[in-house]
Amino acid sequence: MKRIYFLKIIIICALLSAPIASAQETLTIPPDEFIYCTVCHGINLMGNKSLEAPRLSQMSAWYVEQQLYSFKNGWRGTHAEDIVGMEMRPMASILSNEQISQAAKFVNKTRSPIPIVNIEGDEETGKKLFQTCSVCHAENAQGNELLRAPTLTGLNDWYLIAQLKNYKKGIRGNNSENIYGLQMQTVTHVLEDDQAINDVVKYILTMQTN
Amino acid sequence: MKNLSRRNFLNLVGAAGGSSAIYNTSLAMGLLQETSPITKLELKNVTRKKPSIAILGAGISGLTIAYELERVGYECTIIEASHRIGGRNLTVRHGDKIDEMGYNQVCHFDDDPDMYFNAGPSRVPGHHHHTMHYFKILNIPLQVKANVNRTAYTHDTNQFEGKPMRIGEYIADARGFMSELLWKAVDKNVFDQPLSEEDKEKMLEFTKIYGDLDKNGDYKGTRRAGYASGGNISPGILKKPKNLSALLDSKFWRGGLSGSELHDWAEPLFEAVGGMDNLIKGFINNLKTPIVLNSQVQSIQLKNNSVDVIYNRKGKRKKLNVDYCFNSIPAHFMAGIPNNFSKEYKKALLSLQKGNFFKLGLQMSERFWEKDFIYGGITHTNQRINQIWYPSYGIHSKKGVLLGAYAFFGQSKFFERMTPEERIQYAADCGDKVHPNYSSYIEAGVSIPWGRMKHLMGCGSTMTPEDRNQYFAQLQAPEGRHYMVGDQISYHSSWQEGAFASAEYAMMDLDKRIRSEMTQKEKAS
Repeated sequence: MKRIYFLKIIIICALLSAPIASAQETLTIPPDEFIYCTVCHGINLMGNKSLEAPRLSQMSAWYVEQQLYSFKNGWRGTHAEDIVGMEMRPMASILSNEQISQAAKFVNKTRSPIPIVNIEGDEETGKKLFQTCSVCHAENAQGNELLRAPTLTGLNDWYLIAQLKNYKKGIRGNNSENIYGLQMQTVTHVLEDDQAINDVVKYILTMQTN
Repeated sequence: MKNLSRRNFLNLVGAAGGSSAIYNTSLAMGLLQETSPITKLELKNVTRKKPSIAILGAGISGLTIAYELERVGYECTIIEASHRIGGRNLTVRHGDKIDEMGYNQVCHFDDDPDMYFNAGPSRVPGHHHHTMHYFKILNIPLQVKANVNRTAYTHDTNQFEGKPMRIGEYIADARGFMSELLWKAVDKNVFDQPLSEEDKEKMLEFTKIYGDLDKNGDYKGTRRAGYASGGNISPGILKKPKNLSALLDSKFWRGGLSGSELHDWAEPLFEAVGGMDNLIKGFINNLKTPIVLNSQVQSIQLKNNSVDVIYNRKGKRKKLNVDYCFNSIPAHFMAGIPNNFSKEYKKALLSLQKGNFFKLGLQMSERFWEKDFIYGGITHTNQRINQIWYPSYGIHSKKGVLLGAYAFFGQSKFFERMTPEERIQYAADCGDKVHPNYSSYIEAGVSIPWGRMKHLMGCGSTMTPEDRNQYFAQLQAPEGRHYMVGDQISYHSSWQEGAFASAEYAMMDLDKRIRSEMTQKEKAS
């Protein structure tokens, strides 16, 4: 008996000290009904640029829920120029409230490496521009649930850029009932041009740690 | 025409008689690439060694690789993400579930062997020799499929008062008018270097026959267009030629007219008796290789002398460690599947962009088109449905399944955004403009937007010409012990022929490696 106990300890120690290096060990197995999320958003929701499906890993459950409802009730993914949003929308439409809550929990549990930042931008300018953003999204861009402002780090650079442009062009955040969306539309006007958008995104993504 | 040299002129005539204008159109569409030369697959027998193979995807390329490799002693396993075998080779019948993102359609066609719809590949030209080869060795009966039908219609909502026109009439009039122009140019000898009398005579005779002109070189209609009335027990009355500018304004010559000249659409074409998926059934009946369904690949890791494939089946993680891996997963998913490919290879994979196709099938309560003398073939319209296909089988039976819409690439997105019900309604409204009471015959419909089908999310991948130059060879070559395969790794994307050819190409590369490994081992021992 004592021997078995001893063996167990050895095994546990070995397991604890094993590095989490191999991809196999960090894989989250999605519940069957959410496998389809990973078809486009990638394994562990790591994101897939080819399909313009952003990384969602570890995203706050409240925000995922909110966005799924946004898609479901047509606040998102209905504008004629929101091609990718329109692709997403039917997926959210078929989810029940209960499924939306479960999907959000699943998303929050997933883990994947922080995406590499490829864009050119001036971090210093970005930092100044971000002062406006930080009022809601917090200084470290970790977001604020009370203000319905999501975490911004850990997102793909191309996705943040696309969404800021969507807000600016009025493609996202249009619905009169969607006060937070309308607020974002207004505030994106502090970003005068594409360069300003790149600068602020570049700065946001300097704050993320793996 | 003054600046036209004699040589250019003869070239032009060649174009009219041949298809160089069409050649360019089809090149632009990426459809006219020669199929690869006939090769004989003579794979080395490896029964004693039994190398292990993971095949990702149970479509045409995956099934072909399993079929060929297991015969010579490889131990294969096919991992398939969806609930079915066949990939985009899909025939839809009574009760079938359509696996589209966000919508759950079930096919409500009658439970009848003739009531089916080929939603993926649906025609095979004889020169697709790989495809024809597998039909032959798997004993899958083929029948001729009418692709071009001169009695079917060309329809343009803005021309000829929106009334459909028989394709034969359009072709006859278009050739008549073009020939008349040529006849007059030759007759007046308007070229800077005059034609010899002999050439002139030949040309006049050619254009006369080509366009069915009268002795003065005028086009005044032809029986080739079909008679307006009579022609059997009373004299045939010719149809009055249509207005040339209206013919030019209609869009038929841009698509339908030249489309029927494409090498891949050249008559005769073939289809499997009873549905194109009989080819898949043929593979299944002849395979020992296990096909693991509902198993999504989670990770591909290249090792020094093997490949690790991790997949998820029924909530459990499984791992395969194999000697070689053949991967037909759509390349646009690869950025979302963890792997340890080189940076360059990842970049090459990103250059393959997803394409889109959309098809819609309608079960009709009556074969009303046959009462209108249409038996098989395609009607072309300028509406978003593009085409209506009439079945070449089940002639004179009561009901039939039509293809009610076929949209390509960007056009497919228009339908993708609709609900399945809206798509059928839209196709019905378009059909009503071509055939009287079209919508009243519709009993059931299914739509397949390939850009939204689960585990595929695309069909007919594309590369820019620059990317193709830079990356295609790299994608065709293995990355370590991992091969990308499928129609996506061919110049015949969205054709089964591309998938067969790609599979063959990759297997030949594997065979070369295995042979050299064996020789080295022999030398060493």
